[in-house]
Amino acid sequence: MPSDAALPAPSASPVPPGPIRAFWRAFRENRGAVIGLAVVSLIFLIAIFANVLAPHDPMEQYRGFSKLPPFWMEGSDPRFLLGTDAVGRDMLSRLMYGARVSLFIGIAVMAVSMVAGIALGLTAAFFGGLIDVMIIRVMDLIMAIPSLVLAILIIAIIGPNLTNTIVAVTIVGLPRYVRLVRASALTELSKDYVTAAKVSGVRKFRLMTVTVLPNCLAPLIVQAALGLSDAILEAAGLGFLGLGAQPPTPEWGAMLADTRDLMLSHPWVMAFPGLSILTTVLAINLMGDGLRDALDPRLRRS
Amino acid sequence: MFRFLLKRLALTIPTFIALMFITFVMIRLVPGDPIEVRRGERGISPERLEQLRHEMGLDQPVWKQFLDYVNALLHGDFGTSIISKAPVLHEFLTLFPATLELTLCAMVFAVVLGVPAGVIAASRRGGVYDQSLMGLALTGYSMPIFWWGLILILVMSNTLGLTPVSGRVDLIKFYYEPVTGFMLIDSLLSGQKGAFWDAVHHLILPTIVLGTVPLAVIARMTRSSMLEVLEEDYVRTARAKGLSWTRVVGVHALRNALIPVVTVIGLQVGGLLAGAVLTETIFSWPGVGKWLIESINRRDYPALQGGILLIATIVILVNLVVDLLYGLINPRIRHAK
Repeated sequence: MPSDAALPAPSASPVPPGPIRAFWRAFRENRGAVIGLAVVSLIFLIAIFANVLAPHDPMEQYRGFSKLPPFWMEGSDPRFLLGTDAVGRDMLSRLMYGARVSLFIGIAVMAVSMVAGIALGLTAAFFGGLIDVMIIRVMDLIMAIPSLVLAILIIAIIGPNLTNTIVAVTIVGLPRYVRLVRASALTELSKDYVTAAKVSGVRKFRLMTVTVLPNCLAPLIVQAALGLSDAILEAAGLGFLGLGAQPPTPEWGAMLADTRDLMLSHPWVMAFPGLSILTTVLAINLMGDGLRDALDPRLRRS
Repeated sequence: MFRFLLKRLALTIPTFIALMFITFVMIRLVPGDPIEVRRGERGISPERLEQLRHEMGLDQPVWKQFLDYVNALLHGDFGTSIISKAPVLHEFLTLFPATLELTLCAMVFAVVLGVPAGVIAASRRGGVYDQSLMGLALTGYSMPIFWWGLILILVMSNTLGLTPVSGRVDLIKFYYEPVTGFMLIDSLLSGQKGAFWDAVHHLILPTIVLGTVPLAVIARMTRSSMLEVLEEDYVRTARAKGLSWTRVVGVHALRNALIPVVTVIGLQVGGLLAGAVLTETIFSWPGVGKWLIESINRRDYPALQGGILLIATIVILVNLVVDLLYGLINPRIRHAK
């Protein structure tokens, strides 16, 4: 069937792809990153729809159904696909709600760190002098104390619960964001376009946020992805030590701590929460590596 | 060099002051008045309360209390544990060799496996070895080490019966006085048959668990640093001269690729001490990490305060030494503004 419509319109010059298209092209090249993205999206969906997907209430203790094995083992119950824990709570439901808790902590930490990191980093870079020295000194001090030890110190002061986990993990991770923003802002500040903006009378606040900040974003996004996985690991570690989310909250780290006595007789109870942490963190890190390669050629893992 | 040293030293002083300030403030923010904690259920008379406040210096102005605290620290008084009534510094120094032994072993484990893994991955770039090694490295980097520890105990100790589950040495079979605090050396010095191997057996799992994350970091770092170096002209020259690929990679490239790796190794010290908290808890390893967690659970805040201060001091000093060494190796750092 002869038709002109099927022919592509002749283009004089190839149009350069937009920034998002260009990013996606670079990102797509990295197979691991795409797999990571898929897994992360899946875990996010599970976390969001946990109340719909979970077969049981994660807190409900079914009497007479405790320590059931997962479905492929003898003695399992089809109503509890991944078995039950020591007090008869459904493992699968707890894992699904656990995804919600872990991702919530991770994203909250990431969001607060981004905002605080941008604010402090830009302030340090733009005002310099004493303010800069003070901010950097405080960040150095935070970095001098091993992350988990500092988190423990903070939890000891403000008490163990979910909100305080977020506070502690945020404080511990903040220096990396601040230093990154400050360093990229300082690099940008010496460039001509900033001078031009200054000369044309752009106000300081606008210069900071509208002119300079967008150019610092690429490494910051990469840092945010890696910070997300760090935050999830750190929060799970606190939970494991009994200093994070408190029982009966279905938090993966706390679930692991619960199972320590059962570990030898019922190893699967221990296997699932740890596997969930590992899968989530690994997927985010794969995605983060891909993000870095696509967004920030300077940091590219050649 | 001397000026660089002085400058670097001067930079750590404010950090120390801030550190002392934070730990000082911490003990005041912690829930529970120190006197409330001491008086217990029965309560005490107002006069005794006043007397205790005076003894503990709590009736002094806050700045005076802080100066007293700093003064005590400078004289080596890091407070007294509420539970054991022993000086915190003494407790810390008794337990620290265990942690040091574990972290050193983990570091050796990480370097010995991590550097060759990175070199192999870089020299077979994009190949099967590269992809599987880097996949493993990323998995190790993402590993929740407390779970990793439990899995290893389950498989190695309970199923295969290869390694003991906890502790540093079998106390039923062996007993000897600590001389250096390092179990590997003490067991040799004791002259008891089998003690050394027993100590080694106890070290294997904690070393693997604590060394996993640094191993992954070092492997990744070595690989990317190696890839960068392999692009350099002198590598091409060496190849053109007819040297074998192994020799070029192993001698010419590796030597230069290791410089950034050394810095990363130094930076891992803080992470290792943080990891030691989890590792020691899992394996009942009698070091400062486990002690810190126990102090929290017992609300022994003076111990916690002193312990954190001491750990942070160690990390600051190690970072200082790493910086100085780096300045020594690399003159560009020393002379930078």
